[in-house]
Amino acid sequence: MFPELNNLLNTTPDRAEQGKLTLLCDAKTDGSFLVHHFLSFYLKANCKVCFVALIQSFSHYNIVGQKLGVNLTMARERGQLVFLEGLKSAVDVFFQAQEKPHPLQFLREASAGNLKPLFEFVRVALKPVDSGAAGWTYPVLLVDDLSVLLSLGLGAVAVLDFIHYCRATLCWELKGNVVVLVHDSGDVEDEENDILLNGLSHQSHLILRAEGLATGFCRDVHGQLRILWRRPSQSTSQRDQSLTYQYKIQDRSVSFFAKGMSPAVL
Amino acid sequence: MLDSLLALGGLVLLRDSVEWEGRSLLKALVKKSALWLVYHDFFRDPLNWSKTGEALPGGPLGALRAMCKRTDLGPVTIALDSLSWLLLHLPCATLCQTLHAVSYQDSCPPGDGSPVGKVHVLGLLHEELHGPGPMGALSSLAQTEVTLGGTMGQASARILCRRPQQHPTDQTQWFSILPDFSLHLQEGPSKEFQPQSDPHIPLVDPMAHLTFNLHLSKKEREARDSLTLPFQFSSEKQEALLRPRPSQATSHIFYEPDAYDDLDQEDPDDDLDI
Repeated sequence: MFPELNNLLNTTPDRAEQGKLTLLCDAKTDGSFLVHHFLSFYLKANCKVCFVALIQSFSHYNIVGQKLGVNLTMARERGQLVFLEGLKSAVDVFFQAQEKPHPLQFLREASAGNLKPLFEFVRVALKPVDSGAAGWTYPVLLVDDLSVLLSLGLGAVAVLDFIHYCRATLCWELKGNVVVLVHDSGDVEDEENDILLNGLSHQSHLILRAEGLATGFCRDVHGQLRILWRRPSQSTSQRDQSLTYQYKIQDRSVSFFAKGMSPAVL
Repeated sequence: MLDSLLALGGLVLLRDSVEWEGRSLLKALVKKSALWLVYHDFFRDPLNWSKTGEALPGGPLGALRAMCKRTDLGPVTIALDSLSWLLLHLPCATLCQTLHAVSYQDSCPPGDGSPVGKVHVLGLLHEELHGPGPMGALSSLAQTEVTLGGTMGQASARILCRRPQQHPTDQTQWFSILPDFSLHLQEGPSKEFQPQSDPHIPLVDPMAHLTFNLHLSKKEREARDSLTLPFQFSSEKQEALLRPRPSQATSHIFYEPDAYDDLDQEDPDDDLDI
């Protein structure tokens, strides 16, 4: 996890808020550093994490995780991390006989499917264990990313329904958190992606949006991060609703600074 | 105006956006109007995925349709969180027909002639999720539309109210919701939050240090002012056109042909190959 990002969000692994949906989105840049941040953040917070990884392999997240101080292999072995490796298990849908529906069963269906099997997988993975021996704090679902589900043939409403059910079960019932990444197509007209992004924005408590700079690529400033807290309109709220920072990604950390205040420029 | 929204019957649309959420206003209005609250929980299992048998038959649409057939006569407020969910899952026409049937019950009293109490339908709609077609359809069904916005951390509601046989009214009300969901009306963003122009930046005259002369002397200014523009139709020009002087009737072209010029009228470009 990145300590500077924790400072901006005013949170630490010990006292993170529970029952929240965090939406990560990126536009014209790669926002996966946010996924790595939250993965290591919640593992350090001793949460039970279910990671639906559809974009990269397990070893990729493991390598980055080791730079951030978490060992995914060990977390998986001791039962703290349940990892669905989409790239590998998608093939199993076609070549292995399954007794019960595979989480990615929708790949087999010709007509528009739903994500009920995936929700069942998540629900079973994060169900509180009665024995209580492990003692994890609260469950967390991490998805990287949801836009690829649209590319695989699902409708935006099906993905929104899946997140709705995850929110109802994990955030409301089990007081856990959900973190999802969606790409913003930006200039490209993609109605389904826009419905997904806007629908999720309305359901989220916190939106982190990584954007490329309007002026183009820069060696010292990799992009800008907009943080939007969605809070009810309260008269006594002192915190800002929205903050914008620029950032630079380094090997093991990300440094944040106010706009125009990059150390390379000053 | 905001606190008396539900005094009129019919459909009240609460349009919010990602930046200015409307759920707390919905809750505040429900709290204000409701004496007795019946809560239909479609949050946990709206599509009946758990198949436990607890789900209400027909889903959310069935529950809404059941409200059309109510037999009690008191006034009732139906709050929908959210209409956007219904619009994404149901055809727009079905939803509009159901909403119309629910909100205009008092125009069709039951057979025994007793009047039915007023029905208010309060629906939360997320603006960015729907195209202009469905938004326009719901808009035309609604008696009142409240659009949420704000500036500088202060929330506002723009209330567009259409009453039958009266002019539509358009007002903006600043408000905030207190932690106990009571509605607090406010005057507007206070002046101290408005951005002040920085008094420390001195105004610079751009004409001060130029290497060329942009100023006109007095004589030059007079000459410029007395100049008539060539295409301005002044009275002198009108006179000149009405009484053409013979010396200026035609214009002449004086042409001295070269030694090599061959003025052949039938082939002036000299490119016909006959």
